[in-house]
Amino acid sequence: MPALLSARKLTKRFGDVVAVNDISFELEPGETLALIGASGCGKTTTLKLLNRLIEPDTGEILLAGKRASDVSAPDWRRRIGYVIQSAGLFPHWTVERNVGATAELLGWETARIRDKVTALLDMVGLPADTYAARFPSELSGGQKQRVGLARALAAEPELVLMDEPFSAVDALTKEGLIRDVLRLRDKLGFAAVMVTHDIAEAFEVADKIAVMDAGGIVQIGPAETLIKSPAGDTVEALLDAPRRTAQRVTAAFSEGSG
Amino acid sequence: MGFGEEWLVFPSRYTGHFILSFAAIVTGLLVSVPLGILASRSERLAGPALAFASIVQTIPGLALLALMVPLLGGRIGFWPAYLALALYSVLPILRNTIVGLGSVDKDVREAARGIGMTDTQRLVQVDLPLAAPIIVAGLRTASVWVVGAATLSTPVGAESLGNYIFQGLQTRDWGAVLFGCLISAALAIALDQVIRLFERAAAIQSPRLVAAGLAGLALIASPMLTTFGGSQPSAATDLELIGETVPLQGREVTLGTKSFTEQYILADVMGYALEAGGARVNVREGLGSTVAFDALTRGEIDAYVDYTGTIWATVMEREDIPPRAAIFAQTSSYLLREHGVLVLGRLGFENAYGIAVTRETAERLDLLSVSDLAGRELTIASDPEFFGRNEWVRARDAYGLGNLRTRGMDSAFMYDALQNGEVDVITAYTTDGRIDAYDLVLLDDPAGALPPYDAFILLSPDAAEDRALQRALEPLIASISAQMMRAANGRVDIERDSVQDAADWLWDEIASRRSEPIGNAFEER
Repeated sequence: MPALLSARKLTKRFGDVVAVNDISFELEPGETLALIGASGCGKTTTLKLLNRLIEPDTGEILLAGKRASDVSAPDWRRRIGYVIQSAGLFPHWTVERNVGATAELLGWETARIRDKVTALLDMVGLPADTYAARFPSELSGGQKQRVGLARALAAEPELVLMDEPFSAVDALTKEGLIRDVLRLRDKLGFAAVMVTHDIAEAFEVADKIAVMDAGGIVQIGPAETLIKSPAGDTVEALLDAPRRTAQRVTAAFSEGSG
Repeated sequence: MGFGEEWLVFPSRYTGHFILSFAAIVTGLLVSVPLGILASRSERLAGPALAFASIVQTIPGLALLALMVPLLGGRIGFWPAYLALALYSVLPILRNTIVGLGSVDKDVREAARGIGMTDTQRLVQVDLPLAAPIIVAGLRTASVWVVGAATLSTPVGAESLGNYIFQGLQTRDWGAVLFGCLISAALAIALDQVIRLFERAAAIQSPRLVAAGLAGLALIASPMLTTFGGSQPSAATDLELIGETVPLQGREVTLGTKSFTEQYILADVMGYALEAGGARVNVREGLGSTVAFDALTRGEIDAYVDYTGTIWATVMEREDIPPRAAIFAQTSSYLLREHGVLVLGRLGFENAYGIAVTRETAERLDLLSVSDLAGRELTIASDPEFFGRNEWVRARDAYGLGNLRTRGMDSAFMYDALQNGEVDVITAYTTDGRIDAYDLVLLDDPAGALPPYDAFILLSPDAAEDRALQRALEPLIASISAQMMRAANGRVDIERDSVQDAADWLWDEIASRRSEPIGNAFEER
């Protein structure tokens, strides 16, 4: 099967700073990639390159065989779902219009948009009857994030980009959200690229993980590979902190139950 | 002005005010919002645009309006007023557009781009709707400013509710001043509320509120359609008294006035003479002194009354003072030669500056002549224009008046200030009714430092070719003595009669004295 997404030798500089340095990777249909690393490692810039909120200095991107430079940026973005940390809902639009926004831009018929929106709201646990006519200001943080997710999926994209989608909500809400994303992915079959700084999140959601440092990819592969043979100090350090946390938590639980 | 007459001219003043304000606000909106959009995308444009708008805002309203006249090549009336007010409305709308667009949440903007909106779609569907409340707040500020500042458009010849205020100030008709203020305030508040209604309608997308907004706007505009019973009473029935009928049937003639009582009365009297010949007469009231002359040379008004000394000093910029007859002859030939302006003739009286004191002051300080003021430490008041004129400098130097403290004030307040003892000396107008009424003493001017100010009718270059118009006005030449003019002015300034009543009286007086011309009115002082 040909790759759904190919990023080839992408480089982006901001002045003297090389934000993204010659990175390449591929993503199969339905596959999820997590970009992980410390702040300033270039993971968010990489995500923005993928949907062309930022254009690369060199390199090229292909989506389903189509070159990014052959279509306009807005057309490119409409084919890709986009979820941001704070949801970024349009405050003057209802939930229904927010979710249907991309489909509306693509010129779908009203009835088709309505059906799609209703189905998606049900899938993310916000029944249209109750929530469709609400405004974002009437939603909780977790509900906003779910609406943001539904908006990204409404135009049936093959690829969804998620910029720290779970970091703005509390732990319980986060667990539910992650469950929803996995369920939706299994059902709809989209591929995803997710930016995160939390390795546990990456383990839960991603098929493969790209560890980034100083604008480059240090190591890319499934979780097992990273754990078994970490390629250097950056990866070690990334795995180390959660491992220690996990040991402490395990110890605490066994003490409590013993 | 009596209250009945205030209502009579109300529709046209209200219409002028409304159209002027509305056009300026709409223009401000159409300029500022696009400019604000551009500026919000470019720091390089935002700085200069805001700086320019702020500078415009610091120019006093009246000055900005006045500046537009020379900027438009001397044009008066709607256009300079419109342009100034439109400029005035730019700052609040521009600033709020920039602030409003800048206040849109950056995550929301990123999401809009991220889901595939083009720049235009993002602007129209996201940025502008979210910035709208702030932009509308700017629009509301602008509309209140503009409706208020539109009252200042009278001196540049645009008719507005300001005519009540300016004329009321000059004729000391405080009822008219208050009336003008109240109506323009009411208009400002009403417009503000209508804009609020439209904003609300847009926010909740309610066709019913849009309809309500339109109804409100129609309600505000409705006084424009009203006519308050019939046309202005004219004195045309007196036409047989003044002599032959002249064929001005259906012609429209525009007269100008400066902003003091005598000018308003004379414009009415000239109007009667023209109406007697069948013309329809418009009056551009309360023009600034030089604005009136410029308007005449451009043909925007057909005729008005000016004074020989004013033309001599401010138009010809002459500093010497030849005898009275010579100034008249020289100004007349100069006006025709340089501006194509025809002097129809002198009305018969002089309205000069006269140095005046109360009788009590004159007796206490033993004052007879201006020279008796030499070296004294008194306060002299005049209109602000006078102290900038050469004749003041000359009188000051000729009589040693260097110790006098000068105070500029509106001429409407001068006489009372003298009565109250707030000032000791004023430059009275020699035709002012208050000289007699307040028993003021005019001091002699043995050195002839103050130039003569014969009132004369000036005609625009077009009117200079118009025999019918000239013949209609000719009966007024050499027909008004200083005593008659002073009496007519006194009726308004002291007895609080309306301008129209005073004009009616003067018109009758002219007609009744037709058989006995005022004679030796033009001899040297």
